[in-house]
Amino acid sequence: MDIRVQSEPFQPGALLDAFTAGVSGAGAVVSFTGLVRDVDDALEHMVIEHYPGMTERALTKIAQDAQDRWPLSDVLILHRYGELRAEEPIMMVATASRHRKAAFEAADFLMDYLKSRAPFWKNERVAGEDRWVAATEEDEDALKAWETR
Amino acid sequence: MTLTVLYFAWLRERIGEGREEVETDAATPAELVEELRAREERYAVAFQDISALKVAVDQELVGFDAPLAGAKEVAFFPPMTGG
Repeated sequence: MDIRVQSEPFQPGALLDAFTAGVSGAGAVVSFTGLVRDVDDALEHMVIEHYPGMTERALTKIAQDAQDRWPLSDVLILHRYGELRAEEPIMMVATASRHRKAAFEAADFLMDYLKSRAPFWKNERVAGEDRWVAATEEDEDALKAWETR
Repeated sequence: MTLTVLYFAWLRERIGEGREEVETDAATPAELVEELRAREERYAVAFQDISALKVAVDQELVGFDAPLAGAKEVAFFPPMTGG
């Protein structure tokens, strides 16, 4: 399990290569990279605030829950904080398993849980105005769907 | 007991600080919120609707009725928006 919380930029390709090279006994690797979404071509920057200490604990717990649920040989979660520009990579998850279905499902699970259970808050600056991104009902609905599966 | 109380995102902005030490006998986060609300207007405004907020005790998400006995750190914040 590799959990990273950092302000520095990262290269998704290089990170995925290193993850893939390090897994053993897997037949499938799935990865997801999240990018900073632009807002009407007007996003000046995004600032991500987090809760140092709890962030690492929450991400570790989410990765453990995924490992309890699917037979994963390895899990990676990287999430950035601080100031980011449009289309920069924000975060990445990668999962490795013997079969693709477990790897896909676990990656989807990690994404749903880290959106609403890891202590990050996004603030967007658009046209000189700072505004906090609001959580959506779909985010919570996604978690309920996993709980009943 | 003395608790370290943390605020994040717009809650931090409304209260005007991200961290403070609070001397309290509150048994739950809900009681702590009541004490803070009574202290100053900025807390009353920030904590107007706790159904819009989340709370963590010693870095674990809990409900507003969770016990505070033995706790060292309580954090209040809006719903998280990672990913």
